[in-house]
Amino acid sequence: MRSLDTSPPEPRLSSLYQEVILDHYRRPRNKGALENATHAVSLNNPLCGDEIDLHLRVEGDVIKDVRFVGRGCSISQASASMMTQLLKNSTVPQALLIAERMSAMMQGDDAAATDKTLGDLRALAGVSKFPVRIKCALLPWNALTDAVKG
Amino acid sequence: MLDAARLRADFPLLQRLENGRRLVYLDNAATTQKPEAVLSAILDYYHSTNANVHRGAYGLAIRATEAYEAARERVAGYLNAWATEGVVFTRGTTEAINLVAGAYGRATVRAGDTVVVTAMDHHSNLVPWQILCQEKGATLRMVEITEDGRIDLSDFGLALERNPKIVAFPYVSNALGTVNPAAQLARLSHAVGAVVVVDGAQSTPHLKVDVQELDCDFYALSGHKMLGPMGSGALIAKPQLLETMPPYHGGGEMISKVWDDHSTYNKIPHKFEAGTPNVEGAVGLAAAIDYLARLGPDRIAEHEQALARAAIERLAQIEGVTVYGPRGPRDHRAGVVSFTYGDIHPHDIATILDQDGICIRAGHHCTQPLMRRLNVAATARASFYLYNDLEDVDALAGSLVKAGALFGYVPA
Repeated sequence: MRSLDTSPPEPRLSSLYQEVILDHYRRPRNKGALENATHAVSLNNPLCGDEIDLHLRVEGDVIKDVRFVGRGCSISQASASMMTQLLKNSTVPQALLIAERMSAMMQGDDAAATDKTLGDLRALAGVSKFPVRIKCALLPWNALTDAVKG
Repeated sequence: MLDAARLRADFPLLQRLENGRRLVYLDNAATTQKPEAVLSAILDYYHSTNANVHRGAYGLAIRATEAYEAARERVAGYLNAWATEGVVFTRGTTEAINLVAGAYGRATVRAGDTVVVTAMDHHSNLVPWQILCQEKGATLRMVEITEDGRIDLSDFGLALERNPKIVAFPYVSNALGTVNPAAQLARLSHAVGAVVVVDGAQSTPHLKVDVQELDCDFYALSGHKMLGPMGSGALIAKPQLLETMPPYHGGGEMISKVWDDHSTYNKIPHKFEAGTPNVEGAVGLAAAIDYLARLGPDRIAEHEQALARAAIERLAQIEGVTVYGPRGPRDHRAGVVSFTYGDIHPHDIATILDQDGICIRAGHHCTQPLMRRLNVAATARASFYLYNDLEDVDALAGSLVKAGALFGYVPA
């Protein structure tokens, strides 16, 4: 038998699995249920089994706190973790604007991919090159939209 | 082992490159690729024989009917069916099982009765029974599995103490590759008067199957998992059971005489084949069976078993990989290898392998109750067929090491 092929992974993969993404996957921020949540939404992707429960505490139109419970692939969980960091203390309209920018970045919009309002989320720009994984990255964002619009 | 490299030449799709690499197709438990012989049988049918079957009085229609019925005989012969009229063409295993639940089950299961299934059943051999039991007020009893992914025989015995009307189980697990002792399970079930339904979706492509030797009552199979076209499949049943069953779908072909307010029904198997059937599917399935018969199901089983063993051995050398299902060197198992790799989610594994042209499945494999028992949300699954070889096992292992490197498990 031949020896294992350990040639370095191709650039598309390295850009998909950046360290910041793996860090959020392994050390998710704001994970766990939120006491006194005013909004809660559960979403899952029946095809691949990714799950998220998103909890928000909204006062006026300000997202005072946001936490999530979930399991799934690195992309969906990192996206959720980064989202909670970014949304805390933002207003609902601001949050929905970020959700739109995130969605645009997933459609391959280069301007969105360099938009500073997306913060760490810009590390997920590489997902746009993997069409079947886009729904993983957007799962927490769809939960957010459902929660505040529901 | 089979000369897989030579066999691959029969499969046009396997000549393609994927992401610039040789396509390594390891998702055969989901569907198999099709040899030229099957593709040309379908094309030939439309070039030379196409007409509606069992209707026309003209020569072309007669030849189409003959082709369709010859395919039925081919299926009956390959599985040693009780009779040719005991072969009902369906869209696949799912429809075959729904037919049994919807026609036989609805006519025989009553409130308080029990239907037995197993914790390793595919949703297609579970949900139809859930629907039936909910409608009838019957109990659905799920038999547990052992830690290494076999049907727990002592729990199976306990379930039989309820004198179930129907016992349903898979011959081969699509998620674990376990080959269940189907003949023994059928014998035990018959001893308490149950009717036995075998999900043969994963066994028919990979093993020599003789339904009379198994002595089940119903056996369901899918054509597309055994080199045949999608939307082809069959229910193989004891003819005397089919005779007593009410029809499943109503429509053309399944009737004898139709009055304003009632109808009488056609003979079996036509009673269960309402509407214009998938003739190209039947013809393609017959060509697939010819291909498999020429290689010999025993040799195919041996080939797959060797690949599964090699894969399990290679995967075991990668620190952090867990393989599910029976994994002893003597265990009888099909060419399905389910695994997880540390905390790398199976979807991430599948994406990384795809970049190397390797197709595997990631997910729950339509077996959510089983995944819950294994305490995982999903697994990665490599499933082999006659055109795979040890080079594919090497490619799988090599690409997994890359995945490990990306996630920091092994030095890059």
